[in-house]
Amino acid sequence: MSEEVKVFGAWGSPFSRRVELALRLKGVQYEYIEEDIFNNKSPLLLKYNPVHKKVPVLLHNGKPIAESLVILEYIEETWKSNPILPEDPYDKAMARFWAKFLDDKCLPALWKAGWSPENEREKAVEEACECLKTLEGALNGKRFFGGATVGLVDIAANFIAHWLGIIQEATGHELLSAEKFPHLFKWTDEFVSCSIVKESLPPRDKLLAFFKDRIAGAMDAPTEASK
Amino acid sequence: MEEVKRVKLHGVGANPYSKRVELALRIKGIPYEYIEEDMSNKSQLLLTYNPVYKRIPVLVHNEKPVVESLVILEYIDENWRNTPQLLPDDPLERAKVRFWANFIQQELFEAMTLAVRYDGEVQAKAIDEVDEKMKVLEEGMKEMFPESGSASIQGEKLGLLDVLICSIFNSYKAYEEVLGVKILDPERFPLVFCWVEALKELPLVKELFPPHDQLVALLMVVRENVLKASSST
Repeated sequence: MSEEVKVFGAWGSPFSRRVELALRLKGVQYEYIEEDIFNNKSPLLLKYNPVHKKVPVLLHNGKPIAESLVILEYIEETWKSNPILPEDPYDKAMARFWAKFLDDKCLPALWKAGWSPENEREKAVEEACECLKTLEGALNGKRFFGGATVGLVDIAANFIAHWLGIIQEATGHELLSAEKFPHLFKWTDEFVSCSIVKESLPPRDKLLAFFKDRIAGAMDAPTEASK
Repeated sequence: MEEVKRVKLHGVGANPYSKRVELALRIKGIPYEYIEEDMSNKSQLLLTYNPVYKRIPVLVHNEKPVVESLVILEYIDENWRNTPQLLPDDPLERAKVRFWANFIQQELFEAMTLAVRYDGEVQAKAIDEVDEKMKVLEEGMKEMFPESGSASIQGEKLGLLDVLICSIFNSYKAYEEVLGVKILDPERFPLVFCWVEALKELPLVKELFPPHDQLVALLMVVRENVLKASSST
């Protein structure tokens, strides 16, 4: 039975890349549709995600699912190969907790710290570092948050593995260093070195140019356009 | 003989996050020990169980803590499978439930909380936002439950969305009294209104939630404390 799987995404969005990564990890073929999220969202996107009007949206046999973490759980429940969540309900709860922590607290703090004006920077950096410290603890010496293989939390932390370093380079402000967070730093390497992950990341130079451009103009929060 | 598994819930009185976990445990018939926490004097145990957020609710099962109410609700559902299920089996239906759970929690309830905790312009803006989100919710629920003309959304079976709607809107009249504004207008939001009213009548719900006057008093205290704290220098 042929299945129709489509992903509405944006090339630079960590949230839409999460969905692509999960599909690739499970060997699911999909059609990718690039949305111009800043200037011209397609009527289809607005139809499939009328509540938030954001990417990513997964379309499976004509049915849309929105919100990246909701989509990841859907993908996990629909395509059973290469699971990204543990079987045990308690371990699953822990994974969900960390994924939510990333979205609710960590990513907003990191984003804020990256782009804060001078007078707010110290406090923002402090909060961001607290988050990174918590994650360092959560990793607990494992290779991946998911243990031996990439799991939900690793996928949700993709921003930290790829985007954060590029933002650091663009802004000249360092948050995640090998000295301060050795395990987390090592994790970023392990994560981006996986061939499937590497394939699913936006090109570094393109992202760097994008962020440098945005520094030149006014900077808006990323959640406006994509989540 | 299976050993008795101990379930404890650390919560706070009428706190809606705490109530939703209690409601879920009761729907599923899971016996639990309730421990009231004092947020102005957090117990060492709470801080150990929830070092990241330092807040309730915390569900402790066989000495292992689970935190964040939506994570707890899913854990309860998955761990106790021979009891009424809070989430449907079909992945697409589950995704819809999760989507709306997030919306109700992050968009709607956040706005209601802001309206209680602030004054002046911030409050006015929050109240407008609540209204906007209510419209979205009404439309969304109409689409999700197209046959629902009747009182209860899922008939006899209570699910995750019932738990959330109940924990937030059971006290809607108290919110309306304290804020001086209509939040759940039966004419503008007929589906959600009927749903909430049907839930309120359930014996399970009546047992669990404090009466109207108590809720009003609680909300006023919350509001006073927060406004006092923000105006003191």
